[in-house]
Amino acid sequence: MNTSLSWIKAYVPDLNCTDQEYVDAMTLSGTKVETFERLDKNLKDIYVGQIMSIEAHPDATKLIVCQVNLGDKQLQIVTGASNVKVGDKVPVVIDGGKVAGGHDGGPLPEDGIVIKNGKLRGVDSFGMMCSIEELGSSREMYPEAPEEGIYIFPEDTEVGADAIEVLGLRDSVYEYEITSNRVDCYSVLGVAREAAATFGLPFNAPVVTVKENNEKVEDYISVEVKDTDLCSRYCARVCKNIKIGPSPKWMQRRLASSGIRPINNLVDITNYVMEEYGQPMHAFDLSTIEGNKIIVKRAKDGETFQTLDGQERTLDSEMLMICDANKEIGIAGIMGGENSKITDDVKTVLFEAATFNGANIRKSAKRLGLRTDASGIFEKGLDPVNAEAAINRACQLIEELGCGEVVSGMVDVKLPIKPLRRIPFSAARINQLLGTDISEAEMLEIFGRLELTLENGEVVVPSFRQDLEGIADLAEEVARFHGYDKIPMTLPSGEATTGKLPFKLRIEQKARDIAEFCGFSQGYSYSFESPKVFDKLMLPADAPERTAIVISNPLGEDFSIMRTIPLNGMLTSLATNYNRRNKDVRLYELGNIYLPKALPLTELPDERMQMTFGFYGDGDFFTMKGVIEEFFESVGMNKKPEYDPNSGRVYLHPGRQADIVYDGVKVGYMGEVHPDVADNYDIPTRVYIAVLDMPNVLPFATFDRKYEGVAKYPAVTRDISMVVPKTILVGQIEKMIAQRGGKILESYELFDVYEGSQIKEGFKSVAYSITFRAKDRTLEDNDVTAAMKKILNGLESMGIELRQ
Amino acid sequence: MKAKLEQIKEQALKQIKEADVLEKLNEVRVGILGKKGELTNVLKSMKDVAPEDRPKVGQMVNEVRAEIESILENAIKKMEREKREAAMKAEVIDVTLPANKNRVGHRHPNTIAMEEVERIFVGMGYEVVEGPEVETDYYNFEALNIPADHPAKDEQDTFYINGDILLRTQTSGVQVHEMEKGKLPIRMIAPGRVFRSDEVDATHSPSFHQIEGLVIDKKITFADLKGTLAEFSKELFGEDTKVKFRPHHFNFTEPSAEMDVSCFKCGGKGCRFCKGSGWIEILGCGMVHPNVLRMSNIDPEEYSGFAFGIGLERIALLKYEIDDMRLLYENDIRFLKQF
Repeated sequence: MNTSLSWIKAYVPDLNCTDQEYVDAMTLSGTKVETFERLDKNLKDIYVGQIMSIEAHPDATKLIVCQVNLGDKQLQIVTGASNVKVGDKVPVVIDGGKVAGGHDGGPLPEDGIVIKNGKLRGVDSFGMMCSIEELGSSREMYPEAPEEGIYIFPEDTEVGADAIEVLGLRDSVYEYEITSNRVDCYSVLGVAREAAATFGLPFNAPVVTVKENNEKVEDYISVEVKDTDLCSRYCARVCKNIKIGPSPKWMQRRLASSGIRPINNLVDITNYVMEEYGQPMHAFDLSTIEGNKIIVKRAKDGETFQTLDGQERTLDSEMLMICDANKEIGIAGIMGGENSKITDDVKTVLFEAATFNGANIRKSAKRLGLRTDASGIFEKGLDPVNAEAAINRACQLIEELGCGEVVSGMVDVKLPIKPLRRIPFSAARINQLLGTDISEAEMLEIFGRLELTLENGEVVVPSFRQDLEGIADLAEEVARFHGYDKIPMTLPSGEATTGKLPFKLRIEQKARDIAEFCGFSQGYSYSFESPKVFDKLMLPADAPERTAIVISNPLGEDFSIMRTIPLNGMLTSLATNYNRRNKDVRLYELGNIYLPKALPLTELPDERMQMTFGFYGDGDFFTMKGVIEEFFESVGMNKKPEYDPNSGRVYLHPGRQADIVYDGVKVGYMGEVHPDVADNYDIPTRVYIAVLDMPNVLPFATFDRKYEGVAKYPAVTRDISMVVPKTILVGQIEKMIAQRGGKILESYELFDVYEGSQIKEGFKSVAYSITFRAKDRTLEDNDVTAAMKKILNGLESMGIELRQ
Repeated sequence: MKAKLEQIKEQALKQIKEADVLEKLNEVRVGILGKKGELTNVLKSMKDVAPEDRPKVGQMVNEVRAEIESILENAIKKMEREKREAAMKAEVIDVTLPANKNRVGHRHPNTIAMEEVERIFVGMGYEVVEGPEVETDYYNFEALNIPADHPAKDEQDTFYINGDILLRTQTSGVQVHEMEKGKLPIRMIAPGRVFRSDEVDATHSPSFHQIEGLVIDKKITFADLKGTLAEFSKELFGEDTKVKFRPHHFNFTEPSAEMDVSCFKCGGKGCRFCKGSGWIEILGCGMVHPNVLRMSNIDPEEYSGFAFGIGLERIALLKYEIDDMRLLYENDIRFLKQF
């Protein structure tokens, strides 16, 4: 939404402030001004001059030498423009003055262009005559300007006057951000009403009286609304003896400042009223309407219709159409038809101002791919009272501007207009909500500025303020104009509460700490990805991971499914780093996967937080194990995790993968990424990953700690060395030691694994250091021997040979 | 006897003086003071001394012994110190050689900002809660006073799974889950991932993070909202930070506001960073709309509350002067290392 200051001042004549004051005050009262621009920012010392004589330039055939009268002085100016003649009144910038741009209409320089006296091909020139482009505007906005050459003022323009003023450029244009609830502020009148309220000044709305002829509109047209659910009001008026011509300059200037190109009086009036009242209107050529009848009804599926831009549109049965007795003549609220559009030959015009269902217009415009200025306003849902006001304003302007003659009366088909809303008023309640002590008198004064009245203890809300529903809304109105900045700052009183970070988040925080201590940096990746990910990870067609939630309107296939496995994000990030030649990269991510209980989705999926680690470069499988175990220990998981090599994950190296099992529960998996998968991600090196399924880890995690005492009695350590079949995992040996060691077993530590020529084929040499200790006494030799014997028997039963 | 003792003493002092290594001093200790040492031998020969002279001789022996011991001890200490000094002199290192660092990883700027916000609000008595990222229409829209036909629900903004299930567009739905628990008062913040149908560019991402805040109690006022968020801003951006509240519109709050903070780069004078205004828009907030309270079975006549929503990435980008949002999701280690 844009308005010029001068247009606002038309309704708030006492408004007198700088641009910055206006911007700040309006923004603080809720009509946010995004930007503003002074139209005369780079215009200086430009006056209306009259060309008194023109002579040829002695040395240049394309230049002429003009004597120009500026009232108080006469200047010689050389120009290359060919459209001027003696007697023309033109804008002249004098020595030291400034223009906004070049004559080619290209991008405007930031600080304008300073004009100095000079010589053109040896002839003195004391200034410059200006084109509309040099004044920072265009023919779009000043249609009377010549296609090429100097702008020429009307003959009655005063010589020596300020040309910037005459052109209406002593003005500013504000661009507002209007919030979606304030439909009324998508109009100049709405913004002006806010401005008047903000500055506490009188608001002068236009006085609308229509001078009508003695014919009756009913003799020209009848209206039938078949689908009242989509059209709650349809107003129609007729104007005849239309004389198409340019609209007055003031109207052109106002439209131009709002970014609307002036065209002719009829079009300009409808646009003007749309801007002024925020009510789009449509004008039909009555001679094209068959049967003198307007019918408002839904289209039929698959019908086509040619809109006035010449495009063929395909309709459906949810789109509302304006029809005559035999045919469709417009898509309601979006665009009129080619078959009924106004031409310069129009004699009689049918004006339409209607109230359509906003949501329906929005959806229809979207399906048609045709969002127009009108539909953009209708979709906000308009006030039916405004339709009547706007159509009368248009008819008034038609008559006043000599554009035509207004037929008496209005055809008005409508659902009953809702009575004005009434909100019980309580100053105490408003103060209680705001935490203020504002007097009732001040509140009522504020309401007065907003045209809210108090009747029998109730605030009566005008129809254009559909957004005001209850006491909280009234509180906001009071707060806005009392000033948000004047409301005090306090802290909530009442019952004290304990700040808490829940256990899950505390564990996640710990996980981040440990990951970072271990050299991993945190990454973030998207929750949605491409279904092609499953192929990149080589998951078979029936893999459960392929059962993923599909987004019905994704940004594209690459973002179309909710991830069921966190590896793609990790591998993609590692690949990015590898590709950029970053060495030894370690990343982790804490993020959800989304597992549907069934597809199509009928209930919310299982969102499972995954702690994913990944690295390449320095380190190996056991580095990753170290990270996992550091984390477990830091969250009180002191049992020894087990690693099951039979995890069967196709995306991992078949000989270098394991499920991570804690206390019998599978809590995650880890391994070296399958070289084929690494190839798919273009990472030509070994990559290691680990994933912890946090919902399965959490039940084991704890921040409780118990001091177990520091050993008082000495430990006894025995070393054993064995020859072990290669098929036996070290984990199995450890399990046996743990099982058989008894109460006095304190710890065991692997200190050597060797496979090679000194060991027979199919075997490996493994050596452990086993430590025993009792809490309550010094161990006797036979305590230890007995325990060792049990362990050794157990190991022998597994087919392990002991080396003495 | 006396002469003998004098001679032993002379000899000992001479040996101590001449000793150039610790071992030689030890030899003195053994040779003179040891079990078979000369002085010990003198004591052993006491039986030859007349009984009446024995105490006197004993005293003399002990005096000489004490004297030698003391001198010897000092000599040993001195020599040990010299030895250590010499050793340390030989161990001088170049302290400017590079550090041997443990390679510690780095937290993502989003998380740093999030933990910072959490820390501040937990300190103010707020509980951190979470809600689902895949959410129903009811919690994301309807219960927040966003009616069925509202433009915000358009497919151009919201990712839908089906008619009823969607990817949450805001963390505000967590408010509703929390209110439905029926436990009052409420002081909570809810950080989390949200989704909007925006193409990826320098300032947009289809997935980003918000932190929702909600306070419900008796007599909560707009002044409390202002005071709380002013405290928060000072804690996050520095003690001198000023705040400005501008009226705005959100369906689930009334009155509503947007909050600006004084630019933390220029202190409010106006710079490129704040586009010359001196202010930076930080969050949206307001008093919880009575309709929202009612839908969650809280009586707006008895209770009131405020809510606010902070864009986490916005805070992270501003605080760390990151100029492109895409960097947050690339996970380039050279980027992450800077936090």
